[in-house]
Amino acid sequence: MEFWSNPIKAAADWLTGVFTGWGMPASASNVVVSLIGVVALIVVVMVLDIMLVWLERKIVARFQDRLGPNRLGPFGLIQPFADIIKLLIKEDTTPSGADRVVYNVAPILAMMAVLLLWAVLPVAPIIFGVDINVGALYVIAVGAIGTLAIITAGWASNNKYALLGAFRQVAVMISYEIPMVVAILIPTMLAGTMGINSIVEAQNVWYFWLAPLAAVLFLVSAMAELGRAPFDLAEAESELVAGHHIEYSGMKFGMFYAAELLHAFTFGGFMAAFFFGGWRGPGVAQFPLLGLFWFMLKALIGYWVFGWIKYTMPRIRIDHMLALNWKFLVPVSFVLLMVVALMNSLLRGSDYYVIGMFLSNVVVGWGALEIVRASARRQRKEIETPAQTASAHH
Amino acid sequence: MIPLSWYLVLSAALFSVGLFGVLARRNAVAILLGIELMLNSVNINLVAFWRYLDPTRIDGQVFAIIVFAVAAAEVAVGLALVISVYRRRNTVVAEEIDMLKW
Amino acid sequence: MTALQIIFLITAGVILASAVMVVTTRNMIHAALWLIVTLFGAAVLFALLDAGFIAVVQVVVYIGAIAILFIFAVMLTRREMRDRGAQLNSEWWLSAVVAALTFGGLFFLLSGWSGFSAHAPGLSSGTDTVQLLGAALVSPDAYVLPFEVASVLLLAALVGAVYVAFQKKGEE
Repeated sequence: MEFWSNPIKAAADWLTGVFTGWGMPASASNVVVSLIGVVALIVVVMVLDIMLVWLERKIVARFQDRLGPNRLGPFGLIQPFADIIKLLIKEDTTPSGADRVVYNVAPILAMMAVLLLWAVLPVAPIIFGVDINVGALYVIAVGAIGTLAIITAGWASNNKYALLGAFRQVAVMISYEIPMVVAILIPTMLAGTMGINSIVEAQNVWYFWLAPLAAVLFLVSAMAELGRAPFDLAEAESELVAGHHIEYSGMKFGMFYAAELLHAFTFGGFMAAFFFGGWRGPGVAQFPLLGLFWFMLKALIGYWVFGWIKYTMPRIRIDHMLALNWKFLVPVSFVLLMVVALMNSLLRGSDYYVIGMFLSNVVVGWGALEIVRASARRQRKEIETPAQTASAHH
Repeated sequence: MIPLSWYLVLSAALFSVGLFGVLARRNAVAILLGIELMLNSVNINLVAFWRYLDPTRIDGQVFAIIVFAVAAAEVAVGLALVISVYRRRNTVVAEEIDMLKW
Repeated sequence: MTALQIIFLITAGVILASAVMVVTTRNMIHAALWLIVTLFGAAVLFALLDAGFIAVVQVVVYIGAIAILFIFAVMLTRREMRDRGAQLNSEWWLSAVVAALTFGGLFFLLSGWSGFSAHAPGLSSGTDTVQLLGAALVSPDAYVLPFEVASVLLLAALVGAVYVAFQKKGEE
């Protein structure tokens, strides 16, 4: 029973005991046990990634009114293993004239940018890597490494289409970091701390009810950061022939693909942690491990929402993407930040806290959409009545 | 534990390497890379002094943040200038951009 | 040799080696990538110094923005695909002497200071540097004025950089 109340700590203590029993000094055995923990986390995350490949193919199939893989194993569960074997036995080409070292390091950087995020994601009240007090900013920092992976992949391929795709994808990623920072700043402000486990613990009321527009903002900017449709100009076969990973084949491409799926799931997890209460749910106070179940449920729902939007909406053009960011999302995010800060300080502790914050978000969103509609109406009128304006000028 | 001298020697060495980069390289972008190394060494120094002399006063970290902002601003403007010069003169070698020399 | 000392020595070695590679490598893209390694090493050092916020901001600002800017600038200023010509100018030995003298001078100056071999005072577990930093940056009798001036500086740099590098359509 004591094992189940905190299994990871119990396992770590037992291992430390074993190592000091063999004569290692205490600091060295701590380091070794931490390393074993890191490797165990990575193994679990990669197994999860394999299951995500299966999930992704089933989701896309159902949205496209077909069945998906169902021949290999019950419900096609062995399909991802067949995919992995296929990728492993393919030839790992390196294009001529490519920068060998940088070319081979790029998929590693892409995978690194996703695995590093799992260090701060609180999966259960007792299962998380480390609760650093700058966790929310750490998420942005790791996004910067993802940007680096793409630009090195695009440049090292010695292929102008790869470079073009990489330029566009990096421009989108660094542009959409601004609304993402603000969207992460709002739960930080409401919780008073940047540590993600502390943000989850502070959510007596889900932050989705307190700041729904921030959740929408996070969703949109996360989709752009991940390079996921409808923002997937970088890997659109019909536009740029798969963008920055044109020249990659075999397991190197497999790493990019697996990193993208895992990245989507991780951001589903962050969506759950920041806005939907993370591991909170009925029964967690007595059995902390139940938090794992709630978190996985919420993260899978978030992943399904990402897939839903991906397989329903058409792709957005690059200039529309950047215009959407700079002309709509950035002003809306700053106005939202000020409104949430103001309403939070005015209403905190009063009876109207939840409903007041919710309504203020709805008002800001509605106002933004009205402004956009008015400008679109004006543009349409200019296009549709040029003859009248020309004759009026005579 | 780690004495302060190790941090100071490291940042002095990094500063010297950056200084060598600024003085000896021909490519204008490489000169800016050297400047970045020097700014990083200054930051390491500031944070080390904050930690070792009085960690309860936050002034060292505030200085480091201002240095971050200044470095970002300087790199942006510097690289914009280098790109603009490259478009006119088709060169980034610092020795060849010498129209104002007598 | 405690674990922290070993980590520091490895990080310091990585920083100095990659800094030397930055200033001596012929390929400019490789120089930018070695700079990224140096910046990562500096972030590790900041984390060792219990300045977690500065470490993360280092990664976000330097690696996520400035290094990417360098890579773009190198890609936009290449005459041909291979870097030819000497990358050190003709007086590089004088620069090496100046750099060595600077290092020697700094070392001599610092070693004469009484606090040179000081050890770190213990950090009480209650101090939350992020909160102190936030309070210092917006409090009127701390650093709100430099903070606001820094934001004006960044605005000026933003406008200036866009204006300098702007290319009107049709202008070559």
